[in-house]
Amino acid sequence: MTEVADAVTQAMTPIPGVVPPPDLEVVNMSKHFGTLIALDNVSMKLKPATFHALLGENGAGKSTLVKCIMGFYKPTSGQVMIDGRVCQIDSPRDAQRYGIGMVYQHFTSVPSMTVAENLVLSRYDSPGLINWKQEYQELTAFMEAAPFKLPLDATIAQLAAGQKQKLEILKQLYLKSKILILDEPTSVLTPAEADEVLGLIRQQVTDGKISVLMISHKFREIMAFADEITVLRKGKFAGAGRVKDLTVSEMAEMMMGEKREPQPVKKVAHREPIPVLEIRDIHANKDNGLEAVAGVNLTVHSGEIVGIAGISGNGQRELVEVLAGQRPATAGQVLVNGEPYTMTRAEMDKHRVFVLPEEPLRNACVPHMSVAENLALRTFDRPPQAKGFLLVFKAIHEMALGLINTFKIKTPSPETPVGNLSGGNIQRTVLARELHSDHIKLLIAANPCFGLDFAAVDYIHGQILEARNRGVAILLVSEDLDELLKLSDRILVISGGKFAYESKTEEADFAQIGQSMAGH
Amino acid sequence: MALSRSNWRSMAEAIAIPIGAILVAMVLFGIFCAFYGKNPFAIYASIYKSAFSNWRAFQGSLLRAAPLMLTALCTALPARLGLMIIGNEGALVMGALGAITAGLLLSYGSVLPPPEQVQNLLGVPPVVVMLAMALAGMAAGGIWIGIAGALRHYRAVNETISSLLMNYIAIALLNHLVEGPMKDPASLNKPSTFPLPEIYKLGNIPSTRIHYGLIFGLILCIVAYFLIQHTTFGFAARTAGGNVKAARVAGLPVGKLTVTICFLAGACAGLAGMVEVAAVQGQANASIVAGYGYAGILVAFVARYNPLAAILVSILLGGIVASGGALQRTFGMPDATVLLFQGLVFIVVLYSESLYGRFPIFKDKPPEPAPPNPLHSSPCISLGVAEKQDKLKRTSKHPAPFSSPDSATPKFEV
Repeated sequence: MTEVADAVTQAMTPIPGVVPPPDLEVVNMSKHFGTLIALDNVSMKLKPATFHALLGENGAGKSTLVKCIMGFYKPTSGQVMIDGRVCQIDSPRDAQRYGIGMVYQHFTSVPSMTVAENLVLSRYDSPGLINWKQEYQELTAFMEAAPFKLPLDATIAQLAAGQKQKLEILKQLYLKSKILILDEPTSVLTPAEADEVLGLIRQQVTDGKISVLMISHKFREIMAFADEITVLRKGKFAGAGRVKDLTVSEMAEMMMGEKREPQPVKKVAHREPIPVLEIRDIHANKDNGLEAVAGVNLTVHSGEIVGIAGISGNGQRELVEVLAGQRPATAGQVLVNGEPYTMTRAEMDKHRVFVLPEEPLRNACVPHMSVAENLALRTFDRPPQAKGFLLVFKAIHEMALGLINTFKIKTPSPETPVGNLSGGNIQRTVLARELHSDHIKLLIAANPCFGLDFAAVDYIHGQILEARNRGVAILLVSEDLDELLKLSDRILVISGGKFAYESKTEEADFAQIGQSMAGH
Repeated sequence: MALSRSNWRSMAEAIAIPIGAILVAMVLFGIFCAFYGKNPFAIYASIYKSAFSNWRAFQGSLLRAAPLMLTALCTALPARLGLMIIGNEGALVMGALGAITAGLLLSYGSVLPPPEQVQNLLGVPPVVVMLAMALAGMAAGGIWIGIAGALRHYRAVNETISSLLMNYIAIALLNHLVEGPMKDPASLNKPSTFPLPEIYKLGNIPSTRIHYGLIFGLILCIVAYFLIQHTTFGFAARTAGGNVKAARVAGLPVGKLTVTICFLAGACAGLAGMVEVAAVQGQANASIVAGYGYAGILVAFVARYNPLAAILVSILLGGIVASGGALQRTFGMPDATVLLFQGLVFIVVLYSESLYGRFPIFKDKPPEPAPPNPLHSSPCISLGVAEKQDKLKRTSKHPAPFSSPDSATPKFEV
């Protein structure tokens, strides 16, 4: 790490032949939304050819700050200075003119169009008539020189998450942005993909070609790739410094306002594990009809967390969708408690099966229905929430109030549409619905902590472990290997729709896990 | 409290935007009238006079509103499941055919009774015959739209297109039957089925000229509202309509819901067909195809798929239709004038769907002082994110029904 930082100190002196990126400074930036102060008098400086991380928990104002820089929001007060001059940036297009480009947390490509089309589309000066032959020549040349390669003719829908993220970054390089703003660029990537992508960006920075301002939650990445950090807390500046001068706990302290130790995981040993979930030779297809899950066998016992690792796009999503009842299996059988399980409501009820799917707003919530109604999704047709076929709104409302309190869901009222809540609170809503039952026997969780801050991650991990210790059988699919190693009793790696590795977590061989994930 | 205020504002928006849309359509229609050399104000006065000014005129409006309430449900119910059904006309026609078939069978024992039989009824009590006609009409209409729903769920056929095309099939079937297999030889100029005996016709509400179809319409609209908002079935349907993936995670039977809702929707339009046969025409013929089905789509849109609002909108539209004759007589306007007005209302209302969330006056203001809520007092790290996102979401476009991807069955499945 220090080597990298030292290399950067040298890189700050201009390298001949490379146009250095400009110097970006934010001065006393504030942004108010009505009475809410999202950003309060924050200043920071991005030196040329440095990798700068913007740190802070969810809601700390990181996204607001970069959106003000990009001209996406109009700041209430404060200025952006580029190379010492005040710049008026009213739109991302203005920002582009100053050489600032942003990679958003969510993909901004058109799924049905090809990589080449999306790249050309991203240009602000797209001509009225496109000379595709010439564009292809230029794009091929660009791809040759680019730090990572993508097939120009592939449609976006065919790309895996990691590739899509690479395309977003390629877009900015294609637009010749000198200052890259990355909003949690690795939240959709596996650790290996993240390291690859960030490593390649790091190389560009070290070569003096670009500066990077990256929003991140992950200390590991910051320690490995960033030169400097600025920390925000609750909309205010909370600290800054050079990475090589700081330790993880110091950064965490700036971010959280207090020191916190990662809580040691307590696991209760269960004497007689009973098989709860048995998956027998399940096959399933992707949306495009190609086989995604190619015959997997798995048993999850009571009081056991079985973790499935794998690079995204290797069939884990389809497997979870099959188990959640969202996708038909093309072959095979699922047994729960020894009985065939076909994901009907009656069976879910009988066997106490609950699911925490990834992207809860898309997979487990009805955005325009209220928080209370979403919380009642599992129970609305049973007493006390239903009398015969009539809904009992009072019971639904009361349960919602209870769960909102217990799970600390931050919502203006139980009647607020769940789609209006923040990501973390949507996650809590689903968690409350799926985990509050005492009788839960089987939990299927997919990337349950995706995009959440430390406090929320700790909380969810705690809830999952607590359920395990109560004897719940848990299948945990995650792209976060650290999470799997922390929580799982047994770990499997899925690759190309098949399990390529299995071991008890304490005996896991990391090198082999890595190789299996990569398909070796 | 925040809750009541936000409800108040969104309710005001839900009322103000359709009314505003109708006003804009009235201005546009007024411009048309002015070009036609007529005083638009005089025309609106005339519409008001001939549709709403007195009880007698109002009865005419209610009479026309009755089938609209029923056909509106044919679009409004599936819309709650994210389906856009426009097969109202076809379901109405099928309902009329089912009803007349049941009525004739129970009256004469045959749909083509020999002359001596016409004088000799089977003697089934009128209540039984009417009930049978209603059930047959509802079953026929229900199956018709149920087919569109099943095609949607099991074969991923677009329900809007299939239900639209099935209208033509139904009308062709009607024409074929009244001109051939079910034709009353006495109906020469206007091919029709045999007429229902007078005693089996659906009568009028005492001391009015409104038939009982209005009661059917009112009851079904209220029942539909209750079904969607207050029952577990409605909850399941709204869930599947809002996000089919969430519905599947909760194990809800999406296919069954789709077909059932479509069946119920078609049954409502089928009942409208039965009313047309049993109360208005007394027989099935081409007059059944009077555009009530298509007007019902308009009603459902203006009412934003709310069955209770559909009652009011039906009466309004019924009045406009009822005043068509007066416009023709008094102003010498073509009889298509009223259709033009309807079309304008439809287009403006469709456009107005894109206006939800665009007017600052209907937006919730962020609470001035933080409300004394126990949740706020806990040190929550993500303070303010919800508010921020609220703000962002409100500036974005309200999903219009045609653009919303939340249809019940996104992918082909068996």
